[in-house]
Amino acid sequence: MEKFVRLVARACPLPAPNLNTDQILPARYLKWPRSKGLGSVLFQDLRVDADGRERADFPLNQAAYRDARILIAGRNFGGGSSREAAVYAVYDHGFRCVIAPTFGDIFAQNAVKNGLLTAVVSESDVAELAAAVAANPEQDIVVDLERQTIACGHRSYGFTIDPVSRNQLLNGWDDVDLTESRRADIAAFRERDEHARPWAKPSVAP
Amino acid sequence: MRSLDKPADAEAKHPGMNEPRTLIDKLWSAHEIARREDGAALIWIDRHYVHEGSFHAFSQMTARGRKVAEPGLTFGVADHYVPTRGRDRDIANPEIAAMVRNLETNAAENGITLFGLHDPRQGIVHVVGPEQGLTLPGLSIVCGDSHTSTHGAFGAYAFGIGASEVAHVLMTQTIWQKKPKRMRITVDGEATVGVAAKDIALAIIARVHADGAQGHAIEFAGSAIRALSMEGRLTLCNLSIEAGGRCGMVAPDATTFAYLAGRPYAPKGADFERAVDDWSRLASDPGAEFDREVTLDAGTIAPIVTWGTTPDDALPIDSHAPDPARERDPVRAQYLRDALDYMAIAPGKKLTDIAIDRVFIGSCTNSRIEDLRAAAAVLAGRKSKVPGLVSPGSSLVKRQAEEEGLDRIFRAAGLEWAESGCSMCVGINGDQVAPGERCASTTNRNFRGRQGPGARTHLMSPAMVAAAAVSGHLADVRPLIAGRKV
Repeated sequence: MEKFVRLVARACPLPAPNLNTDQILPARYLKWPRSKGLGSVLFQDLRVDADGRERADFPLNQAAYRDARILIAGRNFGGGSSREAAVYAVYDHGFRCVIAPTFGDIFAQNAVKNGLLTAVVSESDVAELAAAVAANPEQDIVVDLERQTIACGHRSYGFTIDPVSRNQLLNGWDDVDLTESRRADIAAFRERDEHARPWAKPSVAP
Repeated sequence: MRSLDKPADAEAKHPGMNEPRTLIDKLWSAHEIARREDGAALIWIDRHYVHEGSFHAFSQMTARGRKVAEPGLTFGVADHYVPTRGRDRDIANPEIAAMVRNLETNAAENGITLFGLHDPRQGIVHVVGPEQGLTLPGLSIVCGDSHTSTHGAFGAYAFGIGASEVAHVLMTQTIWQKKPKRMRITVDGEATVGVAAKDIALAIIARVHADGAQGHAIEFAGSAIRALSMEGRLTLCNLSIEAGGRCGMVAPDATTFAYLAGRPYAPKGADFERAVDDWSRLASDPGAEFDREVTLDAGTIAPIVTWGTTPDDALPIDSHAPDPARERDPVRAQYLRDALDYMAIAPGKKLTDIAIDRVFIGSCTNSRIEDLRAAAAVLAGRKSKVPGLVSPGSSLVKRQAEEEGLDRIFRAAGLEWAESGCSMCVGINGDQVAPGERCASTTNRNFRGRQGPGARTHLMSPAMVAAAAVSGHLADVRPLIAGRKV
């Protein structure tokens, strides 16, 4: 997994609340392998109309935001379905950081497994950041995970992220490798557990 | 905008063995293999359910040259993409056929038991797990589906995960997690006739909001919860995720044990007695502390419908859609305008004046035998004014419903009686609501485009969907069941 330490990039404001994973990646694209280009259908039903034409008023369709790598989103971003492909779509479109007041738990968990930073800031800070970026879309924003700060123009905002996710992103840890180092612990647990919870295994099917 | 009614992001507590502990404390400590300094714990997984959508995870595993670590604890179910009609024919859509075949291949190559398309036990994973006795109290259960919270109805720690974590569980039978915070939602009092578990759940979601329980394990308690059948508890826990919770749980009791006795994969004989003994100790201890408490009175809950595009846009059926002009918060007002616009509902419109185009009865939320009985009790001797689809939660539920004659009631009312699967809840098998159509639905998400691009969804209980069907518009079920056996 790619580490995340610091990012200097343009941002795109998309502060509507409740952009759930069905909006991020409509279910009909879940059949696609990632290699087919999920980034190209990010927010598909918000980005294009029923005839497949781009909606000019959708920020990602505007020239200033096409290369943005930071998304400034509203409350409950990524709520809903557990589809990790929603994270693939955000990441493969080029985003490396989403800033929002709250995130769906499973989305946030999926994000960290893929090197996408979910930075939690207050609703008023999201509003300020979105307004600042809208006023000057070409400015770069600086997201610093070690210091947990977002610098935009002359302002700096603190953000929160749980320490476990922060560690994983800063180090680019791979869960499977971490777990391999715990083989002895797992074996000991299994032995204990056989006695503690003999009913935990499925009984043989009839 | 409404305030984020949440405590500061305090570290989860780990009470000692001699302190009063909650259900989640007990479940957590029974599964914790190791804990890191940063708070992440390695958790043992007792049951892993996979479905057609798990193909990303199988690919990740194969790319590492690995096999499934515990095939005996891993069970496959074909549900998300399966057709609900014409199962004797080949699946026409080649992409969908490939999804179903891919699951069969992955299951066969890894020695995983599969409840596949033609298995008599096939159904929706969150219906099949409990029905087969695979889901038990005291277990940790994961599945690459957010509604895995359903299984918490048995007093299990059950939660949805994404593909990377599915791959990790396939390879190691463990998962890295931070302990969730503890939230208790107590519903006391007695629900009135016509008020179902779905109404209680929607009332809770409206109260705490769609992101209100984020980071929390919810325990449902109180006399109204105890009074629920297993089916009702499954509906309630299923919808925990729509309040943002990581999981929802009900402490196991006599209702739970009676449901499990004799289920195919549940313990038998003396093993079952021992298990019940252990399970009876899972309930939260008196005096155990929760990080957050919410209380509701079941007696004040009326049948509820959603009007908007998130499940917390939920109101009693006898009320009116919101009016953005009366909302002071400009962000909230804009949200209301957008949602009403998408739903094509005039501000302030009386909810019972909203005409519908079709109905859907099904999904992991409301497709169990009790749900079908509740809908049939309203539909019996009546005609639906709109077309509709009924997809039972499993092939076994379908068979039982047919034995009870419920299929005849649905058909006589003019509704289509189909096979089991996720069907029109998520629409990826081709069962979709057409663009612009309005559907009264027993499902779990009224998101934009959830039931198909441009579809408009109103969530409600099975009885309320039946009431909408026979009325042609959103309707209060209570007068329709007066004097009927329900």
